[in-house]
Amino acid sequence: MEDVITTPLESQEYFINMGPQHPSTHGVLRLVLSLDGEIIRKVEPHIGYIHRSIEKMCEHDSYQQIVHLTDRMDYLSCHINNEAVCLGVEMGLQLEVPERVKVIRTIIGELTRLSSHQLWWGVMGMDLGAITTFLYGFRDREMITDIFEETCGARLTMNYNVPGGLMFDIHPNFQKRTKDFITHFKKKLPEYDDLLSNNVIFRQRTMGIGKLSKADAISFGVTGPSGRASGFSCDVRKHHPYSAYDKVQFKEILRTEGDCFARYQCRIDEMWESVSIIEQLIDNIPEGPFKAPTKAAIKLPKGEFYQKVETARGEFGVYIISEGQKSPYRLKFRSPGFSNLSALNHMAQGCKIADLVAIMSTIDLVIPDIDR
Amino acid sequence: MRSVINYFKEIYFGLKSLITGMRVTGHYFTHPKEIITQQYPENRETLKMFERFRGEVVLLHNENNEHKCTGCSACEVACPNGTIEIIHKRVDVDGRKVKALDTFVYHLQMCTMCGLCIPACPTDAIVMANTFEHAVFDRSKLTKVLNNPGSKIMDGIK
Repeated sequence: MEDVITTPLESQEYFINMGPQHPSTHGVLRLVLSLDGEIIRKVEPHIGYIHRSIEKMCEHDSYQQIVHLTDRMDYLSCHINNEAVCLGVEMGLQLEVPERVKVIRTIIGELTRLSSHQLWWGVMGMDLGAITTFLYGFRDREMITDIFEETCGARLTMNYNVPGGLMFDIHPNFQKRTKDFITHFKKKLPEYDDLLSNNVIFRQRTMGIGKLSKADAISFGVTGPSGRASGFSCDVRKHHPYSAYDKVQFKEILRTEGDCFARYQCRIDEMWESVSIIEQLIDNIPEGPFKAPTKAAIKLPKGEFYQKVETARGEFGVYIISEGQKSPYRLKFRSPGFSNLSALNHMAQGCKIADLVAIMSTIDLVIPDIDR
Repeated sequence: MRSVINYFKEIYFGLKSLITGMRVTGHYFTHPKEIITQQYPENRETLKMFERFRGEVVLLHNENNEHKCTGCSACEVACPNGTIEIIHKRVDVDGRKVKALDTFVYHLQMCTMCGLCIPACPTDAIVMANTFEHAVFDRSKLTKVLNNPGSKIMDGIK
């Protein structure tokens, strides 16, 4: 009896399932946590709950039809995904799209990035227990979805790009509405700092949590704001400009801390950059056709084509292998969410469960993007 | 001594940040005009969707119950997920047997509202309607026949 009491209690690792139906996993992601008390020893993501075999479906669809499937991957930056496929097809066809198309694509792409970051900001606050931010984020996002609804015809899955240009021209109200939004949002963005960035509870829950060094970010392939917060200069818009990004002035937001707060601040600063990109272009939309003439049945020449773009989450790549048919022989998507998720285990080791929620929030996972 | 000062400094800035946040929410609490919430089911009469909003595919009919669809199946080919099904019939035109539309079947449950069928139509027979309240109790009600009973093709559309 004496012996039992005096020996210290053995600590034992145990497992717990987080998800697949957990509000903070933002979808159907199952995380198997192996824990020592409340300290995380290992995070094992199990994916595949929302797999729809989009890559396989692309092998049977024509190039125009592939575009609408990419809406369903990273639905928060759907326009940029569509753009990636269209740019890939245009690269294969060696088709020069009109200047007007390039500028409109860039403006709507940046609006998409803003709306994605606004949603992320709201949800990030909610994950950490602040419901107010969710409502404030959605209030400003509503104006962008209205712009999309008026011009593209849908709020989320827009399918506005077609290979060669746009589905239809911008709505006459587009410029006015976008300018209204910019003036509105410039006033509201400092509120984001007041509500969340400077909040003492929020700062203590994010600063120094989930550190990712630059070397690790590169080796895991973490791109987008999450990678740039670690100092990994990976902005595709800057390094491999597409559409009209070579015509605009913007800064690549880089930070060195690599913790949750740096990733958060990176996205907030990116919103300011997006606003400035839109401001530079909105008054300078060149006149011209909104679509380059293409054949009804697009056949890419035999070969391999790779096009990458910068979505709100990071580098999104489309790799097309064509055999000269109407549909691709094989199509591979390099989705940013998948690579960013791979670093989660590394970041979360030694943290508490509550910190894991903050880490997952700041790498901004969209599960359909990971599973495809 | 320094740690004590820092301790109180942290408390001061922590409280200040909380008050700053509360000031923002307090502003909206006292300014109800800046609230943008729409009372949705109550405002059905005044709610106007944007003209380009893609709700569902409809086949346009004029007042004489005539439509423009020739039954060419271009929309069926353009559709990525088999939403549109055109059933043909043969009609006599000047002694020749010509393909014409018999039934325009539209499976709303499969439609992703991508809008690819609209530019594909050579005669502009179909458009996207602004309706969005598609909820029904039975799945079979979502399979719709778009051409009205007894309708025929407009004169001069080929």
